[in-house]
Amino acid sequence: MAAATARYSFGADEHVFVELSEDMSLESFFKGMAITDALAKRKVPGVTEICPANASYLVRFDPDVIHPDEMLGILQQLERELGDAELEVPTRIIEVPVYYNDPWTRETLMRFRERHQDPTATDLEYSARVNHHASVESFIDAHAGSPWFVSMVGFVAGLPFLFQMVERARQIETPKYLRPRTDTPKLTIGHGGCFGAIYSVRGAGGYQMYGITPAPIFDPAQKLPYFRDFMCFFKPGDIVKYRKIDRDEYDRMNAQVEAGTFDLRIRPVSFSLTKFLADPTGYNKHLEGILYGH
Amino acid sequence: MAIEIVKPGLATTVQDAGRPGYYNVGIPLSGALDQYSFRCANLLVGNDENAAVLECTLLAPELAFHAPALVAITGAEANPKVNGVAMPRNEAFAVKAGDTLGFDFMRIGARAYIAVAGGIDVPMILGSRSTYGLGAFGGYQGRKLATGDRLPIGVPTAKARAGRVLPADLTMPLPKETELRVLPGLYFHRITDASADTFFADTWAVAPEADRIGYRYKQGRPLQWRERAQPFGAGSDPSNIVDAGYPYGSIQVPGGVEPIILHRDAVSGGGYAMIGTIISADMDKIAQMQPNYKARFVRVDMHAALAARAEYKAQLARVRTALG
Repeated sequence: MAAATARYSFGADEHVFVELSEDMSLESFFKGMAITDALAKRKVPGVTEICPANASYLVRFDPDVIHPDEMLGILQQLERELGDAELEVPTRIIEVPVYYNDPWTRETLMRFRERHQDPTATDLEYSARVNHHASVESFIDAHAGSPWFVSMVGFVAGLPFLFQMVERARQIETPKYLRPRTDTPKLTIGHGGCFGAIYSVRGAGGYQMYGITPAPIFDPAQKLPYFRDFMCFFKPGDIVKYRKIDRDEYDRMNAQVEAGTFDLRIRPVSFSLTKFLADPTGYNKHLEGILYGH
Repeated sequence: MAIEIVKPGLATTVQDAGRPGYYNVGIPLSGALDQYSFRCANLLVGNDENAAVLECTLLAPELAFHAPALVAITGAEANPKVNGVAMPRNEAFAVKAGDTLGFDFMRIGARAYIAVAGGIDVPMILGSRSTYGLGAFGGYQGRKLATGDRLPIGVPTAKARAGRVLPADLTMPLPKETELRVLPGLYFHRITDASADTFFADTWAVAPEADRIGYRYKQGRPLQWRERAQPFGAGSDPSNIVDAGYPYGSIQVPGGVEPIILHRDAVSGGGYAMIGTIISADMDKIAQMQPNYKARFVRVDMHAALAARAEYKAQLARVRTALG
């Protein structure tokens, strides 16, 4: 069994917080997924919430049912047991259509320009520049070119945080707004730090805004087919591949959403961290092949 | 529909014991912020103690009853009146069809609970009738109540009777200055020793930004962070971390300036370092703090947190006995 290397801390008498690493990495994320999956399967009495995050996870428990020290012991034991395991997870890959540089996020970013690092540029222009892309087009191609992992769902209901599946040198990194906006259009594709996000509801936000998807991802009324199981579509571990769409396609899809006939392209896939790390570009091609059936 | 909202008050919502189990997708617990007063209100009118009630914040509503009902009001000190006539708090009383229930302004405390025998019968969503505002679901149409809304009431139990009284020594204390007990941890190691000292030494006042999501505190000295090279993905400010899950009651301090305690409508995660967590037994106290009420944070260990939790449970057991 491997040594336990994570940092464990109690969040008062009802939570254990476990930091797998201080920095973001796919290895930490997968370790967290593996441990939280194993914990869920054990159905430990008293555990009420199991929340994997980017490089950490949070467990909420009832200390009247399970003593905090016993809870901690179970998590440390799970870490040791899974230490050297092959990290392969069954998940799904989803195509998310994105209308980049759309008029709605553009109107919003212009309204909050004084809160931005560069009031003279758009969020896309600024992000392209600080990530050393020669043009906005090249930046968008990088954003849509490689798939992303859903590394956490939260902040508000159904909002996915995404981490792009590329080498660290190719990770898009952008600061958040200097001061958060009080408004972000629903379904905005955003980016802050090394994380992407899709805003599940309209509201405050500090991420750079790049585009918008017509696909709802949170719906308490569960109208579209992919909400059959639950009102939040995304789950940690999902893989997202963005596809650029234009205004015509956006409008067409939006009409389908209104009519209740819109659906997403979703395929089951088994993801191997070892194989991915050995050849990210090749492995991403393999994933795309599964998504599009070629 | 038995109850019509004449005036909605500042922020009146339907709440119950909450909606655990979905925090992993960002849906928080929700439910009455002061769970103790909420349970007392239900027990007074003979309800299951988890039945849905109205939570009224700072300015209570005015309600018209279109059917006879048994009601009880607990929590903050907002004196009830039926058709302009003063009625008791912490006691079950009957209202007739055509009666109007109004309130004086909220003198002390921040949240009053109105229980109606039979409970507020809005649809159950994911196991709860609680309102989750950010997600716009639960409660009454996923939002605060508005003038003209009509609320259905469930069927009272056989235990519903007027005149049941919550003994004075079992009512929720409503101090303007209080102590909130904290188990340090999470990212506590990121602040300097000097800041750890001032955090617990200073008196903090509730800021105007205090709601069901979180309570912000001000007037204490800013916290300093230990120097480090920020980890990949954490963001540039020293108060930033790689986005992580936020425990209920956790204390984050964006920029080191104003601590924010997350409550039952918490945002489930984000990129601000948390320096500790309010113990479960003290979460209800926060719910009764008006802006400008003062708090000192008191450092405790797990043993003390569990002892306080046991005392909280014992107090609830006394309430059940008294109101059984």
